[in-house]
Amino acid sequence: MSAVIPDHLHDHHHPAPGGLMRWITTTNHKDIGTMYLVFSFIMFLSGGVMALTIRAELFQPGLQVVQPEFFNQLTTMHGLVMVFGAIMPAFVGFANWQIPLMIGASDMAFARMNNWSFWLLPPAAMLLIGSFFVPGGATAAGWTLYAPLSVQMGMGMDLAIFAVHIMGISSIMGAINIVVTILNMRAPGMTMMKMPLFCWTWLITAYLLIAVMPVLAGAVTMILTDRHFGTSFFNAAGGGDPVMFQHIFWFFGHPEVYIMILPAFGIVSQIIPAFARKPLFGYASMVYATASIAILSFVVWAHHMFTTGMPVAGQLFFMYATMLIAVPTGVKVFNWVATMWRGALSFEPPMLWATGFIFVFTMGGFTGLICAIAPIDIQVQDTYYVVAHFHYVLVAGSLFALFAGAYYWLPKWTGVMPSETLGRLHFWCSIVFFNITFFPMHFLGLAGMPRRIPDYALQFADFNAMASVGAFGFGLSQLIFIAVAVRCARGIGQRATARPWDGAEGLEWTVPSPAPHHTFETAPVLR
Amino acid sequence: MSLAARIAGSTLFFALTFATAGTAIAQSRYNLQPPATGVASQIYDLHTLMLIICLVIFIGVFGVMFWAVFRHRKSRGAVAANFHENTTVEIAWTVVPVLILLGMAWPATQTVIEMKDTADPDITIKATGYQWKWGYDYLQGEGEGIRFVSNLSTPRAQIEGGAPKNEAYLLEVDNPLVVPVGRKVRILTTAADVIHSWWVPAFGVKQDAIPGFIRDAWFRADAEGIYRGNCAELCGRDHGFMPVEVHVVSAAAYTAWVAERQAASAASAADDTREFTLAELVERGAQVYATNCAACHQPNGQGLPPAFPALDGSPVVRGEAAGQIAVVLNGRPGTAMAAFGQLLSDADIAAAITFTRNTWSNSSGEAVQPAAIAAARGG
Repeated sequence: MSAVIPDHLHDHHHPAPGGLMRWITTTNHKDIGTMYLVFSFIMFLSGGVMALTIRAELFQPGLQVVQPEFFNQLTTMHGLVMVFGAIMPAFVGFANWQIPLMIGASDMAFARMNNWSFWLLPPAAMLLIGSFFVPGGATAAGWTLYAPLSVQMGMGMDLAIFAVHIMGISSIMGAINIVVTILNMRAPGMTMMKMPLFCWTWLITAYLLIAVMPVLAGAVTMILTDRHFGTSFFNAAGGGDPVMFQHIFWFFGHPEVYIMILPAFGIVSQIIPAFARKPLFGYASMVYATASIAILSFVVWAHHMFTTGMPVAGQLFFMYATMLIAVPTGVKVFNWVATMWRGALSFEPPMLWATGFIFVFTMGGFTGLICAIAPIDIQVQDTYYVVAHFHYVLVAGSLFALFAGAYYWLPKWTGVMPSETLGRLHFWCSIVFFNITFFPMHFLGLAGMPRRIPDYALQFADFNAMASVGAFGFGLSQLIFIAVAVRCARGIGQRATARPWDGAEGLEWTVPSPAPHHTFETAPVLR
Repeated sequence: MSLAARIAGSTLFFALTFATAGTAIAQSRYNLQPPATGVASQIYDLHTLMLIICLVIFIGVFGVMFWAVFRHRKSRGAVAANFHENTTVEIAWTVVPVLILLGMAWPATQTVIEMKDTADPDITIKATGYQWKWGYDYLQGEGEGIRFVSNLSTPRAQIEGGAPKNEAYLLEVDNPLVVPVGRKVRILTTAADVIHSWWVPAFGVKQDAIPGFIRDAWFRADAEGIYRGNCAELCGRDHGFMPVEVHVVSAAAYTAWVAERQAASAASAADDTREFTLAELVERGAQVYATNCAACHQPNGQGLPPAFPALDGSPVVRGEAAGQIAVVLNGRPGTAMAAFGQLLSDADIAAAITFTRNTWSNSSGEAVQPAAIAAARGG
């Protein structure tokens, strides 16, 4: 591998192929990071179109736009596409671009496997999206794929199962790559406790991925064999148990929630100190809090299942364990606020998004705490209250942090400062429309509107209309980001210096902007 | 405004509005439904308590954050301090939340224990989830032996926009569950096909109905009235169209209802042994088909292939009656086709089968009698 022989690294020694072949054959972490980000944004838009179709149907009571079976396909695929196609690959894209730059490594540890991790995703996405066009349409069993409903589905379900398998392999390979890179390729002098927090959160996330993606693969494989090979894992008539699927699924599913939020915590923990011009208040406690959340995430899964009828002891255990997660999460929020306190704050787009993240994500945290209380959860389980809750943590949490990170590092990626005006407009439109869309859903859920229904009772009409208007506003606002990203990519705008944010710390700001194709061919030395 | 502040503000506003109007607890559009059982009241109060605690924390944390956002700005000449790490502060913000959580966990634990105490019911009713309706069997207590199926009664035309929607749109059924006020009712849930969930918000009861397993929940309604809920677990195409409607009535009215139900089931048992003419069966079958079959196989018999096959021209419907009877009685495992043997009387099954064999382009001219169904059940 040329990576270990710096003299051979220069492009003129082995000219890279141009055009499409460059992207198909690349083993460069920056190229692969870019592909992950572009892919995830395309999936984000596809999932968004599905969401808007759902909101169009729910604008008024009655069936107007789609039929119930297609509606169920849309809610299912919106979830699968956003989770596995948009949010997770976007964070892997950030990891690819940033981890080597932040720890002073020349590339990811397994550069060819990195290429393969990415190139598994487009076929998986094609299987998933293509399943809309097979007889019977896409799977309509919800993104949770609960048996035995998923056993009833048409062949769209099989395509989704294979897509999940392929995406799972991609995630596991990506995670192994990140773990090995972080553990083995840090620049001399960068001890674990000197590592940027983004790398710490990703290291822990990568372990979560390695632990739980095989569990999901097992769950969907059991569905596949129940569907086609006569097994009865989830069929009581054959000695199985439908609830066992939920236990297995949520043993994956709850850590999955943290897979989608821990890297977001990492991004925000990079940005807040940079724009407060003040070190992070409690670096060590942030690391310990992240690790605690990760460990706790393995013992709380059945809080998704309070209505399945667990025994008292089970309900109490999972309620207490879930409530405990509020402690390390609180530590994180307190740390960010303490970092901002008596700083010298400025609100360029990355900081706007990061501050917006703390504010709106914390609302999702509070509703999470309310959902942890088993008796209340039994009332709001499978209602719009839960829909509101998880969109507060996944959209206002993960997605806002992704945008914060994108505005923060775009100067490093492209050499051009993202437009401040467009960035502010994007932020304010997003946060306003986000709240118009999702805040009323709390009321809908409390008042008794179930989720995953294409039509609803009349007392829910006005809040649904409001949510639909907000959703279209939110969807259109995301197009602003395309303008921002395209302007940067085409070099329109102010040139970025190597360290364009005056409070930013870290090795990535020591290389020029845009970051050259190969960086840290000789490892930097840390003081 | 913050989440909790908005909720608290609007609840306060509505509480005042309704207090002056003289209503005890009115349905708020912003909050849980007015509780009708002790457990639901506890849940309501728990939720209010949680909101207040969250609101206080919210104001505290974001008061500090927004103070910093507005005061500690570089543009206002703020110079960054350089403090970090303070063990006392860090221990405090770990321990204090733990104490707050303990305060929340205590009342929640008591409610969990009470919700799970299904012992010594006055009446036990089994609720069976079917795609997409509820079946009720009164298993124990007054009314033992009553069984019926509860279907959505909102007309298709209202859903598709052809007719104005009534007040209980999508929350109304043909045969509501009837229970006496002030008695402990234990609900056993199970399902015939996929997982459903039996939910009445005002009772604080939501219990998944799991095929092949029995789960239970209970309620004791404080006041007479009509209480409405939904299936709460995604169960396929018409998940949004299988409501739960419970009528809580006085003890006397309940006794009267039980007598009426028992008389009706005696009449329906007599039908099962009668001979019908073809025209009678087709007429009755059209009703049965519209309620039980049309959601999947469609009113025009064309179905929605591949999940829901057409009956018009179907080889099963056009073939030997025995084959069709077997499918209707036992369902097709692994598909959405339910086993209607558990759900419908012999006369209704005979009528529905006769209807499908003599409608659209199917014209066997053959009347399938209830006796044939009884024979197929026996065999």
